[in-house]
Amino acid sequence: MKKLIYAALAIILATSLLWVGSIHFERAQNAETGTNGNKVLNLYNWGDYIDPALITKFEKQTGIKVNYETFDSNEAMVTKIKQGGTSYDLTVPSDYMIQKMKKENLLLPIHKSKITTLKYIDKRFLNLAFDRHNKYSIPYFWGTLGIVYNDKYVKRHEISQWNDLWNSKYRDKIMLIDSARDILGLSLISQGNSLNDKSSADLQAAKGKLDALMPNVKAIVADEIKMYMVQEEAPIAVTYSGEAAEMIAQNKHLHYIVPTKGSNEWFDNLVIPKTAKHIAAAYQFINFINQPENAKQNAEYIGYATPNAKAKQLLPKSIRTDQQFYPSAKTLSKLQVYQDLGQKKTQEYNDLFLEFKMTNR
Amino acid sequence: MNKKLFYFIPYTLWLVLFVGAPIILMLLQSFMSIDGQATLANYQIFFGSGTYLRMMFNSVWYAFLITVITLVISFPTALFLNTLRHKDLWLLLIILPTWINLLLKTYAFIGILGHNGSINSFLQFMGFAPQQLLFSNASFLLVAAYIEIPFMILPIFNALAEIDNSLINASYDLGASKWQTLRHVILPLSADGIRAGIQAVFIPSLSLFMITRLIGGNRVITLGTAIEEHFLVTQNWGMGSTIGVVLIIAMIITMFVTRERKKGGNKY
Repeated sequence: MKKLIYAALAIILATSLLWVGSIHFERAQNAETGTNGNKVLNLYNWGDYIDPALITKFEKQTGIKVNYETFDSNEAMVTKIKQGGTSYDLTVPSDYMIQKMKKENLLLPIHKSKITTLKYIDKRFLNLAFDRHNKYSIPYFWGTLGIVYNDKYVKRHEISQWNDLWNSKYRDKIMLIDSARDILGLSLISQGNSLNDKSSADLQAAKGKLDALMPNVKAIVADEIKMYMVQEEAPIAVTYSGEAAEMIAQNKHLHYIVPTKGSNEWFDNLVIPKTAKHIAAAYQFINFINQPENAKQNAEYIGYATPNAKAKQLLPKSIRTDQQFYPSAKTLSKLQVYQDLGQKKTQEYNDLFLEFKMTNR
Repeated sequence: MNKKLFYFIPYTLWLVLFVGAPIILMLLQSFMSIDGQATLANYQIFFGSGTYLRMMFNSVWYAFLITVITLVISFPTALFLNTLRHKDLWLLLIILPTWINLLLKTYAFIGILGHNGSINSFLQFMGFAPQQLLFSNASFLLVAAYIEIPFMILPIFNALAEIDNSLINASYDLGASKWQTLRHVILPLSADGIRAGIQAVFIPSLSLFMITRLIGGNRVITLGTAIEEHFLVTQNWGMGSTIGVVLIIAMIITMFVTRERKKGGNKY
């Protein structure tokens, strides 16, 4: 018994020392960056989706302490925002989710007169269907859905369209990203339909075509797809441009293509949720991150395509003209943006995808 | 008496708040349509759809296989461990992996089973062609069994340790062979441990989901996958809860089938 009490006391002592230490260091850090407890910004972002050096720079410049929290899917993010808990001041949903959050009154309108850096954004990324006149959102990054291949096993000209995936020589060679809309979407496009198709017959047809792809599918995975492709577990993968950029940075044999006959183009925009408490700080941050210098640094760090025209000019030519991540105007004209399908249709997409996953090879 | 009741308060509160309330909420939720209307539709969909029934079959079948594999390995292991001199130390080595986060262990297996992983490197070194090991049913069963095995060994080991050695000696003295002793003395006396082990492995195995994706590459779809999707992607909490209720019922059935029976019955 005595031993037990001593052990408990020792744990309490150790944790309180750690606690005092952590407070001390936090103070020291605050003093260094000039931040104090009252000025904070709760930033809710995708994992590894900002250059950490920029956060430090922002803290030094403004004296605002940034609390950085991350999520791994639009849906998980919205669920957490709806439930309250932490009051996030700024978050980064994708296009269709902005539309949905708008519908559910989860966003605060943005006063564009306060966004002094709006002029740097390429007009192509403003006033899009999911948020007309950018009432609620400011572009952050954009990208595409496409195919990654390993040039050790697949030759350059062999894959250029979605239909090439069905080639019987790729038996058990393809990895798919675990996302109902993207995978059903590529099947819809390959049949000449829209990514936002709501016709059950078309969806059934798309699912039927996917079933025929199953013998070629090695696995349907999420974030791990990066690791698997870098380790050359499979020669072909269907994934997003940003993930592809990270893979390519780690394995020079990998390349990314956007099917020229059509694919998905997505946008991640900064929004201020209804629950925000530090709105002035949120505006400061939006302006900060869109300063051409900062946006350029961020784009170089993350590897996604920046909607900031001025920042793009600052990027090295090799990045700026890379067709993998800044596709030609012709390809761009074929890309489609997701719209919110509503719960019923989202369910239908997901049910069909689940059925597809259960198809036997 | 009042004092006794007083001591019960923390436990009762815990039970009500963290066991009772969630189950009741889930039950209620499972009778809700997506628009918040009371309905039986979720159950109709579940039992009227080939997809869900196949998933249910997959869940039960794989949980069964995992249980059988772990049992077949664990019983001899536990028997053997009990004969060793420093058995507590050996037991510690078996329990040790449970201190490591489940995801980390799973990622370690990716390194072992991968295309350029340890096993394939060894195969190539021996002059064989590399094999596809990841994303197969076998690798899924291997990893799941590896993760569950300590929970099977532990109760069986404890049950075996409690057996009075003189009973086993008596069996030999009376002319029973090794096999007969095992069959008629050791096995019945360790039955409680085996039951506890089966429960501890079968029930969590029913709702595995991370391993099905990471190691199984979503080629093995169980109900856990569907629950995750309903709660996170389609936001159809009603349907997700319905699957949860079905799983709970499956677990109750398991508990009932493997429950401790009254002693003294003629079991042989």
